[in-house]
Amino acid sequence: MAPPEAEPQPPEAAVGPERSAVLEARSVSKRFPGVVALDDVSFSLRPGETHALVGENGAGKSTLIKVLTGVYRPDGGELRMSGEPVRFARPFEAQQAGISTIYQEVNLVPLMSAARNIFLGREPRNRLGLIDFARMYREATELLDGFGVRVDPRRPLHTLGIGTQQMVALARAVSVNAQVVIMDEPTSSLEPREVETLFRVIDNLRAQGIAVLYVSHRMDELYRVCERVTVLRDGRHIHTGDLADLDRMQLVSMMLGRDLAEVRREGVTSFTAEGHEAARTPVLTATALSSRHQLHDVSLSLYAGEVLGLGGLLGSGRSETAKALSGALPLDSGELTVDGTPLKRLTPAAAIRAGISLLPEDRKAEGIVPGLSVRENIVLAAMPRLSRAGVVSRARQDRIVDIFMKRLRIKASSPEQKVGELSGGNQQKVLLARWLCLEPKVLLLDEPTRGIDVGAKAEVQSLIDDLAREGLAVLLISSDIEELIEGADRIVVLRGGAVAGELEGDEVDESRLLEVLADHTPAPDPGPASGGHDDPVPPGAEAAPARQDVAPAAEEDPR
Amino acid sequence: MNETTPAPAVRAPARRTPAAQPGGGPKTRPADTSRPTGRQRAAELLQRQGVLAVLLIVVIAASFIYPTFASLDNARGVTIQASFLAVVALGMTLVIITGGIDLSVGSVFALGGVLAAWASQYGFLAALLVPLVVCGAIGLLNGLLIARGNMAPFIITLATLLGARGLLLALTDEGATTYLVPKDSAFGELGQGSVWGFGYPIIIALVLFGAGGLVLQRTSFGQTLFAVGGSSDAATLMGLPVARTKILVYTLSGLLAGLAGALNAARLSSGVTIIGVGMELDAISAVVIGGTLLIGGAGSISGTLWGVLLLAVIQNLINQIGSLNSSYQSVVSGGFLIVVVVAQRYLARSRRTT
Repeated sequence: MAPPEAEPQPPEAAVGPERSAVLEARSVSKRFPGVVALDDVSFSLRPGETHALVGENGAGKSTLIKVLTGVYRPDGGELRMSGEPVRFARPFEAQQAGISTIYQEVNLVPLMSAARNIFLGREPRNRLGLIDFARMYREATELLDGFGVRVDPRRPLHTLGIGTQQMVALARAVSVNAQVVIMDEPTSSLEPREVETLFRVIDNLRAQGIAVLYVSHRMDELYRVCERVTVLRDGRHIHTGDLADLDRMQLVSMMLGRDLAEVRREGVTSFTAEGHEAARTPVLTATALSSRHQLHDVSLSLYAGEVLGLGGLLGSGRSETAKALSGALPLDSGELTVDGTPLKRLTPAAAIRAGISLLPEDRKAEGIVPGLSVRENIVLAAMPRLSRAGVVSRARQDRIVDIFMKRLRIKASSPEQKVGELSGGNQQKVLLARWLCLEPKVLLLDEPTRGIDVGAKAEVQSLIDDLAREGLAVLLISSDIEELIEGADRIVVLRGGAVAGELEGDEVDESRLLEVLADHTPAPDPGPASGGHDDPVPPGAEAAPARQDVAPAAEEDPR
Repeated sequence: MNETTPAPAVRAPARRTPAAQPGGGPKTRPADTSRPTGRQRAAELLQRQGVLAVLLIVVIAASFIYPTFASLDNARGVTIQASFLAVVALGMTLVIITGGIDLSVGSVFALGGVLAAWASQYGFLAALLVPLVVCGAIGLLNGLLIARGNMAPFIITLATLLGARGLLLALTDEGATTYLVPKDSAFGELGQGSVWGFGYPIIIALVLFGAGGLVLQRTSFGQTLFAVGGSSDAATLMGLPVARTKILVYTLSGLLAGLAGALNAARLSSGVTIIGVGMELDAISAVVIGGTLLIGGAGSISGTLWGVLLLAVIQNLINQIGSLNSSYQSVVSGGFLIVVVVAQRYLARSRRTT
């Protein structure tokens, strides 16, 4: 194999055989239909180091982890452990080789006891070959004690708190003679005290020469426990080096792919340069929205005729805020006022009635119905308005569908074409049309241009512009910094589920935004933020396993 | 159990426990807040042993009301009736714990009986092995398609339900031919012989249940069944052999259904073609009444045994009452099923919310 090219990594090259990597990926590539998730990524993990793996949405972190743990097989490149080439066909083989993983969503069996979960597949046995439960419970208790967790290991996992469940997963991971422990957002559901315990465990692993690959988007933690860092972006390896050599600002700009020197550039988006005329009184006011682990006292106002940007890094609570505003996230406290009238019961149905529409982040899972036609998808939400005594007027449907297909330039062979056959951009427009035909006052757009081609992106952007000009209040969430800067009149920046700052007027520029995003002062006790956005389950699901069967608080959970 | 026992040869616990220190010893131990509340414990007990309690209540009440019910003869009759369903339900329990379902068992049961009766002319061993091999193969086919082909168990086993029934009709010229077990053969004795009046099938069923309980609770395979049913994705990520476990469990279900069919043929001295229709539903009812979750991940072998007995006792009682049409048996069984499922739901909720 050719040596890893492109990235200058003098420390790696100089390393002698005795400091060889315990786990190494060489030029690993992984493709999915239509997407290159990993493109020629090389990276190595030394014994006893704690190595941060960072990157934004779609950077390829999750894919890399899945390749390292045998969930995916790479399309190109190879993996080496202690210098020897290895191939993992299944997660089992990676575990046999000494790679343990703690996933962000606790991947244990909820109905089984904590002890059984820890020892599944390698239960201690007595001389008859039967499971020795007494020993199993004793060893589980010892292990968990070491993590500062005192629970009865006989208890079913689902009766334990999420943090405790995470500790059980950790106990399982480190008790298998691992050489490498991969932690994917391990603190996203932990209490501060549990985070401290986790850090102690990591110190202990380090002392034993066990390598830890630590995936997190929380800067404080990275700088606290990690020695080296690898940055991925768009499936490519961007940088590997000592974390101490980088300050937060540099790290953030590397993750986002923004060079501070070239920040001041001409706009490349389709937003018009001038701002919008915003009304004086807010159409939507959110006061102190809080949801355990996810949002902390988020307050914001949205005026008719403006585009309000919602900025923040992965896991900062952007999507959660949008969901909260649309009634889809159960809140512990907080109030929502539309046109001066407080909403009593905050459910998606109530929000829609009040004129709030959410274009969700994941249009496949939460938006389009691929098997239905363009027409059916558009009128889905407007059905009650288009029907009289339960009978839907086809003529009125056709009229509305025709208007929106022309206005949004939806490219389909006919209104009867199945939405699943359309391109991503056109699917997104169909979704927009669905909400627009409800004539909303407030439009919440969560990553409206992600995963759609350049042309459609430009069209959606200019459409957002037009809508605001026509008097709609638009909330725009985007990981695309340019889109946010140029599209928004104002930007509220979130960090750790709380409002970290607001940029107005001339402040809305890239360097200011990066400064707030990377803020050096610690966030105002954010508490554990919610999960990142690149996991398949929406972050709102994180508290769910503990109380699955409690009736959903919202009437129409989008999931 | 014993601390002084030397570690067994199998899997010496040479595992480091690196995390045993970081907690800093007892000084940082948080209080154990995890003890189940009394209500949770009661709910758990009820979920586990509720069927047994209901069974005992029904039996005791019936003994007072109908003196004929409490006789030893009647007990023999009820248990022998129940033994065949019990063996089928044992396999069904394992399948359901993995989150699957096996609809083919009724047909496979009948097919096993016909094959055993046909093969009994070639001796005891043939009469036992032929149905086991064929029915095991049907189970294996189910398992392969479900685990490797990633198909829905409901559809696959529905297909083999039809297939096995068709095979049976083909073997018997559409039911026109009935194969008889030779009189006084060793195989016939297997079905008709008894110890203190309790037929061999009862004893075989009990032995199988004992073994099944041991496998389920005390082996890695058993634990893997729970893990697969509880969360298939988690089981895969934990490196457990998910596919192999599923294949094995459907094969076991086929084998047990075939064995039950063979025993039934031995008892009846012939391969009856019309039996076993709807038996899969009785088996599923018994399993669910026994406290096993239909969605998988939790359940017990003993519960299934009580479930089977409860169904058999209800049937017997309705026969005792005499004035009631025997069709009412299904009504009562169905009623029990609803009660159990609703109770499970309620109990699960009260166990989870503290």
